[in-house]
Amino acid sequence: MRIALVGNPNCGKTALFNQLTGGRQKVANYAGVTVERKEGRFVAPSGRTLHILDLPGAYSFDATSPDEAITRDVCYGRYPGEAAPDLIVCVADATNLRLHLRFVLEVRRLGRPVVLALNMMDAARRRGIAIDVEGLSRRLGVPVVETIAVKRGGAKALMERIDASVPQVTPAPIDEADVEQLHAEVRAILADTVKLPRDTVALDDAIDRWALHPVFGLAILATLMFLIFQAVFSWAQPVMDGIEAGIAALGNGITSFLPADSALHSLLNDGVFAGLGAVLVFLPQILILFLFILVLEESGYLPRAAFLLDKMMFRVGLTGRAFIPLLSSFACAIPGIMATRSIQDPRDRLTTILVAPLMTCSARLPVYTLLIAAFIPNHAVWGIFNLQGIVLFTLYFAGIFSALAVAFVIKRMRKDKSEHALIMELPSYRLPNVRDIGLGLWERAMIFLKRVGGIILALTVLLWFLSSFPGPPPGATQPAIDYSIAGRLGRMLEYVFSPIGFNWQICVALVPGLAAREVAVAALGTVYAMSGSDDAVASQLGPVIAHQWSLATALSLLAWYVFAPQCMSTLAVIRRETNSWRNVAVAAGYLFGLAYLASLATYQIARALT
Amino acid sequence: MRLSDAPKGAQAVVQSVTDAHPSDPIAQRLRDLGFVAGEPVRLVARGPLGGDPLLIQIGSTRFALRKTEAARVEVFVGGAA
Repeated sequence: MRIALVGNPNCGKTALFNQLTGGRQKVANYAGVTVERKEGRFVAPSGRTLHILDLPGAYSFDATSPDEAITRDVCYGRYPGEAAPDLIVCVADATNLRLHLRFVLEVRRLGRPVVLALNMMDAARRRGIAIDVEGLSRRLGVPVVETIAVKRGGAKALMERIDASVPQVTPAPIDEADVEQLHAEVRAILADTVKLPRDTVALDDAIDRWALHPVFGLAILATLMFLIFQAVFSWAQPVMDGIEAGIAALGNGITSFLPADSALHSLLNDGVFAGLGAVLVFLPQILILFLFILVLEESGYLPRAAFLLDKMMFRVGLTGRAFIPLLSSFACAIPGIMATRSIQDPRDRLTTILVAPLMTCSARLPVYTLLIAAFIPNHAVWGIFNLQGIVLFTLYFAGIFSALAVAFVIKRMRKDKSEHALIMELPSYRLPNVRDIGLGLWERAMIFLKRVGGIILALTVLLWFLSSFPGPPPGATQPAIDYSIAGRLGRMLEYVFSPIGFNWQICVALVPGLAAREVAVAALGTVYAMSGSDDAVASQLGPVIAHQWSLATALSLLAWYVFAPQCMSTLAVIRRETNSWRNVAVAAGYLFGLAYLASLATYQIARALT
Repeated sequence: MRLSDAPKGAQAVVQSVTDAHPSDPIAQRLRDLGFVAGEPVRLVARGPLGGDPLLIQIGSTRFALRKTEAARVEVFVGGAA
């Protein structure tokens, strides 16, 4: 039997789904769109296996987002490739029936078997809301059960009801009623069956007085963001270093019996294991960031943050909801772009995805530190500032400013100028549930490893081929990479890049540096024929480039790294999250274009001045 | 009076929701969410930057609406039309 779980956003539907299915769920996308499809199964007390589909939250079948359109089409049984559900479990928040009951009435009109799950009954009792469950069931003509999705065993009644009552109760389809009629019906039902002591929760009011306060609210938000950043950088770094070292050691161990200078040895070490490391190294940051995002989301704070910042983001053509994804992109654009799933509006979502790579991610830091340490004097400015610090700050600011500017240009350029709504519910605050957070983290990790990891791994191996073949001729004097396809590409690129001050060594390093930004440091080391760990290379490299490059070249390379999408993983995740190579081309194209222009301006101006 | 002009904290009652243009999906969504004639609403808070968006309480639910969205809702405030 196929069951579909539907309900308003914030009704606790996903928690209920987790409660019913436990870990037995499969997360994928609906064919052709990037709306998440979650299916699970559970074994009913009778021994039958039931399949259950967690449909995206919807306020109405009159859909205003792709999520809602899918919920509508699946419920109507007209979504290609999805069987119509045999039973619809409609979930409603017992503390918010005024809003949720209207959708229940819409679902009832479908004329399919329906069970209503009154969720969050514990919260409703605490607030003194008295619901006449039998009366409600009579009025609606469908079975009604109470559930507490966040409590162990809180879905037992629902499970028994599903098991026992298979399709008996089928309400008759009712003709289209207009909105006013539906609301009138809701009011009449509520008047007869629900006693509500007061509309709001005192605690919510109290928290919101601070959390949404024009001054304190923003201060709280800033503090929270600062804490998240601290955590991402201080907790993730040791784990990331450990993963890199571990994968490298594993690679070395496995390949130790192969001749050290054979191609296979190099393929496994520098291709396959390097690629594996490149995938896994992102995992700690992704998990820590999503831990915070999920906790903020579950607790109900996320929409509050969006409320505080909507005006600012809206001016440049974004939405308040874009704030968290963009902020996450400062750690890494990959979780940032994955987090745009919380933006239902496709237009707002795409703009956010396109500008996310402009946020200065942590992988740019090794490049920035190398160049700043080698070229920018460690001077005090006005007694309190440090010139190196000012340059670093300028680079961060350039990223933020250009993201806002690009979003603004996209807003101006797009043909669709219609108004896209904010209309965002601010749910009651609640304590996040450990199990739901855990399952959410697991899902994110799997999405990243399965769907993005494959692309990254394949491209790393491809880059290895480019950098290794053909090998150097006997008696070669230059580093091996110089004779390879990547080396030749780099030499060719020199014609394109000489106006922006890049010498052939930089150009050659840019090719393997496409794998990830920090790889450029190691690649430069290879070109300048150095070896050793990343840190050792960087410390040897500094004096060499300080001697050989002009200041203008160094500044130009810094400007390049503010913009250039020197990160295949980001492009892979854009492909994944927008389901379109065209968007990848647009993102890569405009980012390379901006990078070139910025470097050109920087180089020419710096050269004129020095 | 428009809901976007309502004083903060005042109790108001929805009169109607007007379409900004023919078959306005935002107006339709507002009606779906319960902004229909006779429903009590309250402007709880304004956003920190330029007083936008607005936090509107309707029933036991709170919505953040941009000013342009709230301007579609015509309300009575406390007896004054």
